[in-house]
Amino acid sequence: MKIELTRQKVHNEFAKKVELISGQNLFACYQCGNCTAGCPVAFAMEIGPHEVIRYTLLGLEEEALGVNTFWLCASCLQCTSRCPKGIDIARVMDALRTVLLRKKERKDHIQIPEFPEGFLEKLPQIAFISGFRKFLS
Amino acid sequence: MGDNGFIKRAMVIGGGIAGISASIDLGNGGYEVILVEKLPSIGGRMLQLSETFPTLDCAQCTLTPKTVETGQHSHIRLLTYSEVDSVEGKAGDFKVRIRRKAAYVDWEKCTGCGLCQQKCPSTNPSEFDRGMGLGKAIYTLSPQAVPNKPVINPAHCRYFKEKKCRVCEKICPVGAIDYEQKDRFVEERVGAIITAVGFDLIPKESFGEYGYGEIPDVIDGLAFERLNSASGPTTGEIRRPSDGKIPKEVVFIQCTGSRDPERYMPYCSRVCCMYTGKHARLYKHKVHDGQAYIFYMDIRSTGKGYEEFIQQGMEEEGILYLRGRVSRIFRDGEKIIVWGVDTLIGKKVEIPADLVVLATAILPQKDSKDLANKLGIETDEYGFLTEAHRKLRPVETNVEGVYIAGCAQGPKDIADAVAHANAAASKVQGLFAKHS
Amino acid sequence: MRYALCAMRFLGFIVDYLYFPGCTLYTKAKNFDQTARDCSLLLGFELKELKNWTCCGATFPLATDNIMALLPPSRILATAREEGTALTTLCAVCFNVIKRTNRLIQEDGEKRDKINNFIEKNYQGDLQILHYLEILKKEIGFNRLKEKLKKPLVELKAAAYYGCMLLRPFEEMEFDDKEKPTLFEEFLETLGAKAIEYPYKIECCGSFQSVGSPDVATECAYKILSSAIKNGAEVMVSTCPMCTFNIDHKQSDIKQKYLDFKPIPVFYFTQLLGIAMGLDWQTLGFEQNAVDPLPLLKEKGLL
Repeated sequence: MKIELTRQKVHNEFAKKVELISGQNLFACYQCGNCTAGCPVAFAMEIGPHEVIRYTLLGLEEEALGVNTFWLCASCLQCTSRCPKGIDIARVMDALRTVLLRKKERKDHIQIPEFPEGFLEKLPQIAFISGFRKFLS
Repeated sequence: MGDNGFIKRAMVIGGGIAGISASIDLGNGGYEVILVEKLPSIGGRMLQLSETFPTLDCAQCTLTPKTVETGQHSHIRLLTYSEVDSVEGKAGDFKVRIRRKAAYVDWEKCTGCGLCQQKCPSTNPSEFDRGMGLGKAIYTLSPQAVPNKPVINPAHCRYFKEKKCRVCEKICPVGAIDYEQKDRFVEERVGAIITAVGFDLIPKESFGEYGYGEIPDVIDGLAFERLNSASGPTTGEIRRPSDGKIPKEVVFIQCTGSRDPERYMPYCSRVCCMYTGKHARLYKHKVHDGQAYIFYMDIRSTGKGYEEFIQQGMEEEGILYLRGRVSRIFRDGEKIIVWGVDTLIGKKVEIPADLVVLATAILPQKDSKDLANKLGIETDEYGFLTEAHRKLRPVETNVEGVYIAGCAQGPKDIADAVAHANAAASKVQGLFAKHS
Repeated sequence: MRYALCAMRFLGFIVDYLYFPGCTLYTKAKNFDQTARDCSLLLGFELKELKNWTCCGATFPLATDNIMALLPPSRILATAREEGTALTTLCAVCFNVIKRTNRLIQEDGEKRDKINNFIEKNYQGDLQILHYLEILKKEIGFNRLKEKLKKPLVELKAAAYYGCMLLRPFEEMEFDDKEKPTLFEEFLETLGAKAIEYPYKIECCGSFQSVGSPDVATECAYKILSSAIKNGAEVMVSTCPMCTFNIDHKQSDIKQKYLDFKPIPVFYFTQLLGIAMGLDWQTLGFEQNAVDPLPLLKEKGLL
């Protein structure tokens, strides 16, 4: 659990990409955890939104992208609305999703053929449109 | 009077610990001091405190000798219940017009017996007790008020509102009640002015995520001081404002409105880490089987003995410090649900609390910009008075002869406020010495 | 009815509002759409459906370089602006997407030009976006609404569920206070119901997680419903087909996990409005409500 830091690690490509896509400055986060404290789905997350931001900042791409945190994000914007530093955390979560979905492997997060029988028919359009946009590559 | 009519008399605006310290210094230096205070008596915020960090000395025991000394000092003239109306002139000859507000009590006649306060039938939420206790329409701020003369608040008085009552007038043994009194103006000429008007707190009603001030058991730090004070609304017992029960789970939240550039104040209010640690320790001293939780982002304990005080609180009182902010507070039945986080282990924390104490951000007084305009000095964007040089000239302003002291310049604790005030007094004496 | 409308319109009484229904309101939430249209006629305005519309995308694109996702809502705005100056919608998600896109077009000149270029329009961001509830409050006024009620919902304890998209981000939505909104409660009280306050009214229902992580969405819905029920709610009132799916249709999922959970009917606010305005209950689309509201309504004498 030890990491070694250098200036290249701190200003790493992964963090820069996430900052570009989200339009947010990850250095502004002072890790107060307000986002995690108010997140309605954080109870099911492996690590909270503020931790994922920390992993990203430190260039720990594998760890940051390997957790379920941003997949569970419902873009409810509660975190964004309460962040004392004005960081739009929902955008950062979406950026992490986007980084993964845009990778060459084009791996979907949900597998439509694996849905139970009749699942899609029951859903209102709004659910699968937004769901597919968030989870499909 | 010095050369060319340079007046060697000083005015101190603000009768808190900074104003009092400066006045005593100048008075002891042989100069006449006029101390203007907008409340009926001097003492400022320290009057509202129960005990001070890090020694946990009784605040009134520390303060009262100073207020008495000020009140009895041969060189200090107290103009309480008064406000500065206008200022003209320059160093050595300032003409200050002061509004002496109508107290509706003739202070020349009043003996301070206190009968009027006892018999007044009107009770209203007391501003001094942060709305938690009830006060009378005719009041002194404390039993040891200097001067010990009451004033009538016409907004709460039955006579002024409905032309009824007049009990105080009837009961006063020396006939000191005078409902016809009007504000009057006096003019004073002084050579130097020290502005020590103190601070205010951001109201808890500002915080929508914490209930907009509508949850009675969510209070601010100053209200907790009143709860803990022997002269307070509960005679010093820590009780929930809603039902008077003793709280067993108390959550303290630091940085409420501070270090929050997006939503509230961007700066650090400097004293909350210390006074929150103090509050938690005082709570544990009184409620042995209670648990205190403190949500913090950092601990700023820079003074002498401060860090040791905080650590002692953790080790001896079992206060649980949780590193993280609180996103939301809401009521659930009798409990107050607190949604916070412990960032050190990365877990959301939910606490069903009995009482929540918010360490709210320190603001300048509401009228500080107004006063600064009258004096011709500058404030920053928040209203804190601006010093002449951030590092090297902390008590002077851009106007010669006008000095600043205490929290009016920025948040600080009592020791720093006194040092600041001593420095301001020293500058005044230096100014006077130049013109001998 | 149409003849009467033409006459009223001639006399200048009926105002048209351009209306964007959204995909779900035409199908799975048709009851929401129909009741809104019926009620509006009784209140003196008509929902004039946009001539050409497509799905809005159902999420506002949070990735700053995702301009493709801005095209559908931009096109909706541009074509709406060709037809009128104000656009209304019922679905909270559509409201959010369209209003946020509008704000982006107003503020980001570079993106505005790129989008306009692609969709071959010249939209400048000057369309006014109103939610149906805002029309009721600001344009008609709750007082006037009260006068037109035939059957006030007396004794009905209704819990308004705002969800997220109406309120956040506050700077862009400008709908109501994001921590303590009151517009919906005002509306319910106007209808004669007793509005129930409960802490979870602004918490997320789980949204599209009912596709990605359905158990998590079930948990979110359970917390919201049990909070409302604990505070005395008899019915929930919603303004979003996504929320309604999560807190109405998913009650069967909740029941599987929490065995003693008691179902509670969920209405679209226009269904309650319809009852209060005296519409025939059989036209209010209750057959699309997952939890059957009829027993409760009968008990309250509101049918």
